[in-house]
Amino acid sequence: MEETYAIEVDHISKRFKIYLDKGHEIKDYVTSSRRRKYENREVLKDVSFKVKKGEAIGLIGHNGCGKSTTLKLLTKIMYPDSGTITMRGRVSSLIELGAGFHPDMSGRENIYINASIFGLTKKEIDRRLDDIIAFSELEEFIDNPVRTYSSGMYMRLAFAVAINVDADILLIDEILAVGDVNFQAKCFNRLREIKAEGTTIVIVSHSMSQIEQICERSIWIHEGLVREEGAPTTVDEHYLDYMGRMHSQAKAAKTGIKGEESKKKNKTDSQEEKTGKTKNAETAGDTGKAGNVKSFGTADHAQDSPGQNTEPETVQRNTRITRVCLCDRDGQEKSRFRCGEPVQLRIAYQADLSELDNPLIGLKFIRNDALVCYGTNTEREQIRNIPFHEKGTLYCNIERLNLAPGEYWIDVAFRNFDMTALDYAEKCCCFQMYSTVNEIGVARLDHTWQFED
Amino acid sequence: MKKISEIYHYRTMIASLIKRDLRGRYKGSVLGFAWTFLNPLLQLLVYTMVFSTIMRAGIEDYYLFLFVALIPWIFFSSSLTGGASCIWVQKEMVKKIYFPREVLPIAHVTCQLVNMLLSFIIVFAALLVSGKGVKVTILWYLIPVILVEYLLAIGIAFISSSLTVYFRDLEHILGIVAMAWQFLTPVMYSVDMVPDSVMTIFMMNPMTPIITAYRDILYYKQAPQLSTLGHAFGLGIVFLLFGWFLFGRLERHFAEEL
Repeated sequence: MEETYAIEVDHISKRFKIYLDKGHEIKDYVTSSRRRKYENREVLKDVSFKVKKGEAIGLIGHNGCGKSTTLKLLTKIMYPDSGTITMRGRVSSLIELGAGFHPDMSGRENIYINASIFGLTKKEIDRRLDDIIAFSELEEFIDNPVRTYSSGMYMRLAFAVAINVDADILLIDEILAVGDVNFQAKCFNRLREIKAEGTTIVIVSHSMSQIEQICERSIWIHEGLVREEGAPTTVDEHYLDYMGRMHSQAKAAKTGIKGEESKKKNKTDSQEEKTGKTKNAETAGDTGKAGNVKSFGTADHAQDSPGQNTEPETVQRNTRITRVCLCDRDGQEKSRFRCGEPVQLRIAYQADLSELDNPLIGLKFIRNDALVCYGTNTEREQIRNIPFHEKGTLYCNIERLNLAPGEYWIDVAFRNFDMTALDYAEKCCCFQMYSTVNEIGVARLDHTWQFED
Repeated sequence: MKKISEIYHYRTMIASLIKRDLRGRYKGSVLGFAWTFLNPLLQLLVYTMVFSTIMRAGIEDYYLFLFVALIPWIFFSSSLTGGASCIWVQKEMVKKIYFPREVLPIAHVTCQLVNMLLSFIIVFAALLVSGKGVKVTILWYLIPVILVEYLLAIGIAFISSSLTVYFRDLEHILGIVAMAWQFLTPVMYSVDMVPDSVMTIFMMNPMTPIITAYRDILYYKQAPQLSTLGHAFGLGIVFLLFGWFLFGRLERHFAEEL
């Protein structure tokens, strides 16, 4: 029974000494206390898993969670501090591409060097040479020195060698993003072939779609422990959910501080309310490159604001959009959503009822490269007589938020019936979309497939 | 034993590393591979000029006396000093790919061995041209001598390469060590000149019997004494085993230290 497992990882742990003072020189030995200060970082605490022969698994987890370390332990580049690892069969790892390439030597010679580092003998390389060259699509250039290759050609050659090294167990670390789209597809197909031949595969990747396409099982490593393992679609979803929540929390913490700051500002110079508000909007849409994005935003919004009016308000108004956020189906505020997830947009406001004259609400979803993905307003949708109170919240339910993966923001506008602006909240809500389907474009068109028998 | 068979499995890697090193070294230079021969030839010219006109040693054909010992010595000392950095310079590979780490020092030393063998073509040419001649019947003695030196050099390279990973200064220290070692080995003088009082210590140097044997065969054209060969072999094995053991202990943490 035991032999059905190709990989058995039994309670392994790994610590690294992280030296606080980086010095390696003698003066550091002398001046600081004789034993240098270091911190023991426990990268892997207690990890166990088994991989059946011919099975493909994906290791996922956030940066620094220990998944790459696990892979290095599996390849025997490093050894665990405790626990045991049993590998049954010949192991090949695609962690580093193009190892040992010499720029002055021809592609053909470099194939021999590179493949030999993976442990192939001359005979084995001879046998594979044609396959490797064909796979790299570099037939005409194979006898030119590698330094004349473009970086894409270089990587193609390197990958062609790596993928043609056959082994019983194949370990892959985040290297499938090589070459153009066609070449990637080819690599993927080859990987499927390898899998079909019965090779056991372990992949470390941040691309959930890659893992879901190849693996039967995902293992989520979190803070040195296996947090969850199971079918990729479930585990990946939990992982992405978790990452989304972490992201929202981190952002909430950040904007929370900034928000208070700008609130203070608002109090001190209430006459310049408008500047205060733009600041608010900016913090809400803080994307790290806000400055850049903002200039796009203003230019764009001058041309085509949700209410189809030109300039935003010039007159001092008391009606204000106080807060805009997106919530998931549980009513929890988030800033990261899976494509197709139901969301609720919440717009909190305070209104001076005397200013209002049959107001309308405008919405605009804008991608971070300033593309307006969707814009609408209640007037266009023939929704009239919206009840406003002095203070309240408006809800907009979106059954499926079908935007493609990327970063977006929302502009919200309140206008009177005659199109005079009441308030315009630019970039008041910033969010990200992710997807487990590797689709392209701006938005998902809901669809089903139908085939003839 | 398992390790040895694994290293044997990686023989193609050793071969291609050597090939890359030999071919890559002179790439881009006008004379290219010819430098492999030109280097010792020019050295020989310098020695001949210096020692037959300026510094006349009391030894007949001193430049040949020196040259037949110097070529094997260079093999050894470059294994020692170059071997020190052979793992360090490939650290990206060591950190990311699994292969038996022993491959790197073995490839380095073997590469130096090939260099020496190529240089021997010049040595033989010099012996013939100078009229000194070569005694073909005893030339086969070179094989065990070279083999013993090869084993010793691998042992030394195991030690220097693995220690340098942990202690980088060794690379610089070893330059001086190699120089001192050369003066403590009968490369530039003969063993007869060593005072008897320090002879015991002198004979602990594994290179002493090796260099003596080379000189016996090539310069004196006589078979080396069996005791010299046995002595060299014994010391060579001791260093090899110690180096092997040390390397095995230290290699486990290479990836973390680099």
